[in-house]
Amino acid sequence: MASSADARAAVLGRIRKAIGGASSADVARAEWEAIPREFKRAASHERGEVLELLVERLIDYDAHVVVVRPEGVTDAVKSLLEARGVRQLLVPVGMPDGVLPEGFAFVVDAGFGASELDAFDGVVTMATVAIAETGTVVLQNAAGQGRRAATLVPDYHLCVVQATNVVETVPEAMVRLQATASLATTFVSGPSATADIEMTRIKGVHGPRFLDVVVIEDAGSK
Amino acid sequence: MSGTALDPRTAPVFPMAARSAMGDTQLRKNVRHATDVIQGKRARVVGEMPDWQELREAGKRIRQHTMAHLDVYLEEFERNCTKAGGVVHWARDAAEARRIIVDLVKATGSDEVIKIKSMTTEEIQLNPALEAAGIHPFETDLAELIIQLGEDQPSHIVVPALHKNRQQIREIFRTKMNLPELGERPQDLADAARMFLREKFLRVKTGVSGANFLIAETGGVCVVESEGNGRMCLTLPETLITVAGIDKVVPRFQDLEVLLQVLPRSATGERMNPYNSIWTGVDAADGPKAFHIVLMDNARTEILADAEGRQTLNCIRCGACQNACPVYRQTGGHAYGSVYAGPIGAILTPQLMEMEHAQSLPYASSLCGACYEVCPVKINIPEVLIHLRNKVVEQNGMRNVEALAMRAMGMIFQSERRFRAAQRMGRIAESPLVRKDGQGQGWIGWLPGLLGGWTQVRDLQSMPKETFRDWWEKRGTDGK
Ligand code: SF4
Repeated sequence: MASSADARAAVLGRIRKAIGGASSADVARAEWEAIPREFKRAASHERGEVLELLVERLIDYDAHVVVVRPEGVTDAVKSLLEARGVRQLLVPVGMPDGVLPEGFAFVVDAGFGASELDAFDGVVTMATVAIAETGTVVLQNAAGQGRRAATLVPDYHLCVVQATNVVETVPEAMVRLQATASLATTFVSGPSATADIEMTRIKGVHGPRFLDVVVIEDAGSK
Repeated sequence: MSGTALDPRTAPVFPMAARSAMGDTQLRKNVRHATDVIQGKRARVVGEMPDWQELREAGKRIRQHTMAHLDVYLEEFERNCTKAGGVVHWARDAAEARRIIVDLVKATGSDEVIKIKSMTTEEIQLNPALEAAGIHPFETDLAELIIQLGEDQPSHIVVPALHKNRQQIREIFRTKMNLPELGERPQDLADAARMFLREKFLRVKTGVSGANFLIAETGGVCVVESEGNGRMCLTLPETLITVAGIDKVVPRFQDLEVLLQVLPRSATGERMNPYNSIWTGVDAADGPKAFHIVLMDNARTEILADAEGRQTLNCIRCGACQNACPVYRQTGGHAYGSVYAGPIGAILTPQLMEMEHAQSLPYASSLCGACYEVCPVKINIPEVLIHLRNKVVEQNGMRNVEALAMRAMGMIFQSERRFRAAQRMGRIAESPLVRKDGQGQGWIGWLPGLLGGWTQVRDLQSMPKETFRDWWEKRGTDGK
């Protein structure tokens, strides 16, 4: 441990020498506030267009997407699961009512080990926020979203997103995530992919090979 | 390329290595193809962003600001990471970082680790150190796996195996994974990697990673990737060890609003890479039970102390400058004799290692400015290159021919009259060397004496008959 304390003192000492003395947290805070951020930080489209953009961008990244009215969720989930031919599905603790259809084996995640997770056909979760411009769903270790391994090991992921949680831009998403920034967080943009072989995009290396997204329209919209 | 590590202390100097790379037509074809594809994709997704220049400016300002208060932000990161259950270690140099990591792995009792692609672990040559301690590291990024199984070296910071085509990769997998029937479609190769690695993900209890960003405000760490191998290494093992340069810190969580926009678009030409993981210390119900992070200096503070070189630390390792660089596109990455290739390598390597081992690298550029133009955090690479060239010249003393030439250049640039005279002189002096190509363009394939280093591996276009200034003035007097 002594050597680690030495190293710490040495590195911080070198930094302070390099920047001409110790910096102060107050000065840093004031300067940080003054950094110009003149890029786009708010939505520039109407709600309907933002949802359309999300769908378009998710599809562009090989996800399959449907947009449904609140009362149509269960049916939509059912037909997607049937189309994928999956039966044994993992769900996180705290999955809201009215999402999961009858006729499938839904097992609530009880902290399964990696090999046990590997035995599931897929997983169904919610998301904290979705970003239209980049085609991204953001999952956190929260009710209905669960721990990271659960959405990683099974080969198929169905993610249900409330339209109220869809934003247009990355900066808007960061604002929404700020309060829960310390939770384990994963940004998912399409299924697992690589371009390491001749820059050809290949789907599904290690993460889920298939991603379906169900977007639930706001109850009050058109 | 053999399995010997890319190390500036032992690698052949750039002009020699570049010459042999230039003779490898397959390699040049592979590099050209990959960089063309990636540049095309990048241009398309950057073109979608009307606020790209504002994002670049903000990115630059955030990075500059971080470097100016690096002590504050590292201490803040340490405090918050520790509070969240992480263990923070500090390392003055590569040897210390290697020792810390090897000891941590030994303490877990396992003799295997799964690794996420990390240039920092390449920089400190961690794999040989682990092997020497009886610990086997499994690379899990597809490209890194190709390199590890092929006993090769990375040639690009984002796409380390871009110098290999599918036939070459198939050969490596066929022999090393013992799959005689393996097909050669990219999908077949990815499937083989999935099968090969899945068993390791489910079994190996210790993971080693680098980091893209450390978030001072929360003590969180962010890793950006696409295959999901990163998520596997970050979530399934019992112990996770992350090593990061002290330059990786960012002040606040909110700063990711800029960095997560510019990094994927610049690096792989995607709006967002498939996966970004952010974790903060340990979470009893999610992921590893023990998390260690090694904050490593390894000459970064020396770069920080150099006012002109400091901007090098702003780099977020997107690799865009490599793809845009005409020199890199011709030679590929190995010629740089370092794990950091291309324009960023040409400025980073001589500063990370003592410069005497990498003196030729600041010259491995045509100063065309393409690297500066694509850099998402606006690092002025040509400016740093010239600064480093001056240092090389100083280091070699002011007596050699090059130093004299540099001084002469300095004088010429100081006076407009001298500059014009030099241009005229240049055109007269070069005329015996110029040969015409079919289109009436003049090319110089050989330069005398010291300047010959330049034309060893490239032809030089002859000076135009008329300079822009001459043309402009004539245009003025002609009344056009
Ligand atoms: S110097 Fe700029 S363009 Fe090059 S890798 Fe770093 S951030 Fe990217």
